[in-house]
Amino acid sequence: MTKKQLLIGAILLLAACLLPFVLSNYRTFQAALVLVYAIALLGLNILTGYNGQISLGHGAFYAIGAYVAAILMDQAGAPYWATVPAAGAACLLVGFLFGLPALRLEGLYLALATFALGVSMPQLLKYHHLEKWTGGVQGIVIAKPEAPAFFPKIGLPLNPDQWLYFFTLAVALAMFLLAHNLLRGRVGRALVAIRDQHTAAEVMGINTALYKSLAFGVSAMYMGIAGALGAIAVQFVAPDSFNVFLSITFLVGIVVGGLASLSGALYGALFIQFVPNIADEISRAAPWAIFGIFLIAFVYVMPTGVAGAVRMILARRKST
Amino acid sequence: MKRRQLCIAALLAAALASPAALAQKKYDPGASDTEIKVGNTNPYSGPASAYGVIGKSIAAYIRMVNEKGGVNGRKINWVSYDDGYSPPKTVEMARKLVEQDEVLFLYQTLGTPSNTAIHKYMNMKKVPQLHVATGATKWNDPKDFRWTMGWQPNYQDEAKVYAKHILQTRPNAKIAVLYQNDDYGKDYLKGFEDGLGKQNLKMIVAKASYEVAEPTVDSQILQLKASGADTFFNIATPKFAAQAIRAAYDSGWKPVQYVNNVSASIGAVLTPAGLEKSKGVITTAYLKDPVDKTWANDQAIKDFDAFMAKYMPDGNRADINYIYGYTVAQALVQVLKQCGDNLTRDNVMKQAASMKDFRIATLLPGITVTTSDVDYAPLQAVQLERFDGTQYELFGQVIRSDK
Repeated sequence: MTKKQLLIGAILLLAACLLPFVLSNYRTFQAALVLVYAIALLGLNILTGYNGQISLGHGAFYAIGAYVAAILMDQAGAPYWATVPAAGAACLLVGFLFGLPALRLEGLYLALATFALGVSMPQLLKYHHLEKWTGGVQGIVIAKPEAPAFFPKIGLPLNPDQWLYFFTLAVALAMFLLAHNLLRGRVGRALVAIRDQHTAAEVMGINTALYKSLAFGVSAMYMGIAGALGAIAVQFVAPDSFNVFLSITFLVGIVVGGLASLSGALYGALFIQFVPNIADEISRAAPWAIFGIFLIAFVYVMPTGVAGAVRMILARRKST
Repeated sequence: MKRRQLCIAALLAAALASPAALAQKKYDPGASDTEIKVGNTNPYSGPASAYGVIGKSIAAYIRMVNEKGGVNGRKINWVSYDDGYSPPKTVEMARKLVEQDEVLFLYQTLGTPSNTAIHKYMNMKKVPQLHVATGATKWNDPKDFRWTMGWQPNYQDEAKVYAKHILQTRPNAKIAVLYQNDDYGKDYLKGFEDGLGKQNLKMIVAKASYEVAEPTVDSQILQLKASGADTFFNIATPKFAAQAIRAAYDSGWKPVQYVNNVSASIGAVLTPAGLEKSKGVITTAYLKDPVDKTWANDQAIKDFDAFMAKYMPDGNRADINYIYGYTVAQALVQVLKQCGDNLTRDNVMKQAASMKDFRIATLLPGITVTTSDVDYAPLQAVQLERFDGTQYELFGQVIRSDK
């Protein structure tokens, strides 16, 4: 990283920290949701953007993460912060295991297999033998975390929405750093090599099977962490929250944000959080038609996603 | 001099009177001299979008009320958002309505999972979550959730009515029950068993459940038939209810059939099941069905049709959700009327909880809205009806489940 990049990063971070003090609670809550989606999109981007595997069912891992968090808090009385790594670990394992057989499937066939996972997830969550833990259709209601007592003591009383935002921001930062380190080195190069030329990568001695299921596992872990944070923010999980549309929304998010780009996750998250609301305000009768128009416009104007467009503008400014 | 004294007296009187006049007008966020802001979420998109017409017909009714001058001189500002039947979206939209739009209260938010998601939040914020559009029994819990109130007859109350009817007409019946394996199905089953009473529980000779994921309920019907039951209580959502009615008929099983109000629709259930095969099916109703010939000359239905023609010309009067929205919107107007100039959230709940035999013309004759601070179930009466092969025929008296 250059000095300039570090400076920009510091300014952005400062702005992110000031945000909850200028926004209303409701907007702060929405900002926290954007961060949650950004973590999820980051995960999907590792799989689809960097490794070239298409998943139409990543909402399922988001759901598993949400449920792991909710069940741990509801049944075991676990503190909310402890449920986030637990959800990540659970999804890493499930994702890795799902990735093993899924490896044999390429491109569209993998898309179908993951689609099946996404479609079946709400019904699995309603399965009556699991009801004791999942609460069936009723779902699970969880309490909102209060800010630790430490903050009022130093004269910084945070309300639950502000605290949740900062908590999510900290996790998001850690996840972005992790992804940055993971992708800029050997692993990242291997993933991209597999995406671009599978056979060539194998010939070069890359263990494609291992890397592909690892990519699957890691992206599932990101989803799980996002799911857990999302559940804590919304304070409620139910099977109807995690239908296949959620998976599609994530896919839309990474394409609009920019494939194989870390900052793209943030742009994509802003898009999937706010554009449906804007569309609903424009036309109550056909909000999804308006959403479609937005989508087409974005893809037409910025074929490499928002991140690609930003990169292009910066490059152009540099060359002139 | 005299005039001056008079003047002073008048001024004094005015000065004394005005604080009293001011004190009568009380507002919480969302209410003012000119406007009452009411919030709502509805599934205008997504899997349950068929219910979206409820939000639209309430909006249309309010438009009519506003054109006629509003309620106590104030216009109702109906702010309704799409939640796509997704609970997280409901949470987001409810927070937007309460914190950003600053509505006075939420009205007719739709769906059991969506309302569950905001149940705690609304009660913590002390913002009324009034007349929710779901039949679950849990909304009638004024002790723990003072700010939430149901609307339609709840599932347990309805099931008790069937139990009562069986006990009255055929005390030696052998009953088979099919139910959907979730909170909705279990709610009905519990009400039914409670209605029969402990001593009569053995009247249920067979129970079978199904999952919404299953393609058909044929095997469950064969299992129920094999029990030798002569009475069949069908607790199923439209698709499965239709399958069950058809499968029972095709297998040669001829029990007396009861089907829950959820699946009472002639168009969505009995027609696909086969009108001939559905003959004799018993269910309950509390609304006048616009397509029922009994009400062809009824003033309430004529008014409803006039409303539809003017405010919802594209609407389908045969879809029961329209008249549902038209009816519940009148309850909204009544609550606001009763509030008068005291438009606080507290008073909204107080007024909603003190309805005394309030009559809405589109409810079946004899059915009224009654609530109290310990009873948050506005509609508790229903009437039984039997399908004669072309339409339903009401029979018997209006039955109150709590009496």
